[in-house]
Amino acid sequence: MTATALTPATEARERYVAASRAFAADGDPYGDSHVPAWWRELREQALARFAATGFPTTRQEAWRFTSVVPIVETPFTIGGNSIRAQSVPAGVSVETLQAAVRQRSALVRAHLGRYAKIETNPFTALATAFLGDGVLVHVPAGQRVDEPIVVTHAPRAPETMSAPRVLVIAEPGARATLVERFDSKPGSRHFTNAVTEIVLGEGAHLEYVRVQLESERAYHVATVQSHQARDSVLSSTTITLGAALTRCDIGAVLDGPGALLQLNGLVVLHGEQHGDYHTVIDHAQPHGESHEYVNGVFDGRSRGVFSGRIIVRPGAQRTDSKQTNNNLVLSDDARADSQPQLEIYADDVKCTHGSTTGPIDPAALFYLRSRGLDASAARALLTYGFGTDILGRIGTVAVREELDALVRARLLTGAREAAA
Amino acid sequence: MATVMLEIKDLHASVEGKAVLKGVNLTVNAGEVHAIMGPNGSGKSTLAQVLAGHPAYTVTAGTVRYRDHDLLDMDPEERAREGVFLAFQYPVSIRGITNAYFLRSALNAIRKHKNLEPLDPLDFIQLLDDKLKAIGWDDSFLNRAVNEGFSGGEKKRNEILQMAVLEPTLAVLDETDSGLDIDALKTVAEAVNALRRPDNATVVVTHYQRLLNYIVPDVVHVLADGRIVKSGGKELALELEARGYDWVRAA
Repeated sequence: MTATALTPATEARERYVAASRAFAADGDPYGDSHVPAWWRELREQALARFAATGFPTTRQEAWRFTSVVPIVETPFTIGGNSIRAQSVPAGVSVETLQAAVRQRSALVRAHLGRYAKIETNPFTALATAFLGDGVLVHVPAGQRVDEPIVVTHAPRAPETMSAPRVLVIAEPGARATLVERFDSKPGSRHFTNAVTEIVLGEGAHLEYVRVQLESERAYHVATVQSHQARDSVLSSTTITLGAALTRCDIGAVLDGPGALLQLNGLVVLHGEQHGDYHTVIDHAQPHGESHEYVNGVFDGRSRGVFSGRIIVRPGAQRTDSKQTNNNLVLSDDARADSQPQLEIYADDVKCTHGSTTGPIDPAALFYLRSRGLDASAARALLTYGFGTDILGRIGTVAVREELDALVRARLLTGAREAAA
Repeated sequence: MATVMLEIKDLHASVEGKAVLKGVNLTVNAGEVHAIMGPNGSGKSTLAQVLAGHPAYTVTAGTVRYRDHDLLDMDPEERAREGVFLAFQYPVSIRGITNAYFLRSALNAIRKHKNLEPLDPLDFIQLLDDKLKAIGWDDSFLNRAVNEGFSGGEKKRNEILQMAVLEPTLAVLDETDSGLDIDALKTVAEAVNALRRPDNATVVVTHYQRLLNYIVPDVVHVLADGRIVKSGGKELALELEARGYDWVRAA
């Protein structure tokens, strides 16, 4: 190798850095050159961070099981992302971040980029360096809406990277349901680098459901970071069905006493899909409660990774935290890894975790067959059960039923006939 | 003449290469209740599992006729569809599948076999209503995942609920009494008795005589070391309770 030759990773880093500079110099390709100085600063800091770190490698502990080489080696250009607010119930506001910055700069500035930290994850830094497309979902104090808010993301063009950004603010006492859905055309190759930040004020209740159904040639990297004030309740469910390569980093900080978090995850992969699901639950204040349930179903030659870290800070006494990860491995060539990590710095806490990984339980299979279900229907039913186990934790009935139909179509073929 | 429901001849079976059943002979007629008693490790549960078709058990010799079928030649699901039901000693929990969905799937698999129309969820709930009352349950158990987080007693009741819904011709109850308090035992026994008909039969496998106060058997068998060593009327159960099993084995 000559002194001037660049490794693919370095080449890719420089390509994205140059693209980000061009993106900033063009004003904003998304229609507004009057973005405030703090917004530009946020972007510049993120760019500097990404320029310093570059893409992660499997030598880093957090990326041990997931190689991002396919992302690095594909010459994606920078593309836009279409964000459609499909359902906006009365009483909540859903607007582009650009519009929100013009009208209520202080509110956006107080939260944007404060939770999904660029130091934590190079992809978060990269996405923030392209801060442009985005949505602010704002639920005013005390406002309660039953009808779900639905936001759908899709890349505008194949062979591009897009960085959809969502900021969700549920003010004190607010109550709402938000569904974020990521779609793309079947067979299209693209790279989604999405960042969602969720802020819950005191006593706010939010049900957040994130569904990823992208093309099985897509690369999907996601950062979801939530921040909860006192007595707030967040139920967060992340469903991963699509993409060739998915990496989700779900972070949750319980930053007020008595906060409650339900963190649910369902990963269903087949073929050559790879899904890496990382969660960090940070109990920063006392009397917090977190329940984490993550189920994976892996078929074909797919590969699943779960890494679940729970931190209980000094002083976060009376924390009650439970983590469960169950993986169903349907083929000899599929594989699942599970890594729970507990870091407990307080003494009066209750923390439990459990993990199972294996094929369909032969005892369960025989039990169902002994009731008249044939073997394939019984297998399908047991597999479907791994999905409904998680979907059943979604409180909003309409959302749960829609997702159930989606997951059932994927997991249940024989058993549907049996119950019909 | 009585109709023969089940006829076991010289049945030998092994699990993991170890012989457990060593020549069981047993005939059960329609309308009868048979109790199979015996010490731990005598092969009672193995017999129950073999009748249901558990793949871990290998039949090495003998025959089992069930009505006009060669039972050993049938898959577990075929046996179930033809009316064989095993109430499990250790019922399995099924993550994510509600009791209602499971029961309806099972019932409709059996109905399909009988060329009957499948029941839709509404018809099914109506049918369940009476069955639930019989075991002293409300419908809250229907929307819970099958046996998930159920107590030992709840799991056993759930087996009896399944039996009531599926209406088997031959029911095998494997240690259904273990882990039940006296009230639960009575409820379970009443539900089993309510299902007794001249055209079906029940085999009750138990270690203790207690259940047989409530489900009164026509015939009691003692299984020891893989063979039926003694058969008699219901008074045999009382004698076993009083004297233990050693005297039978010694005989």
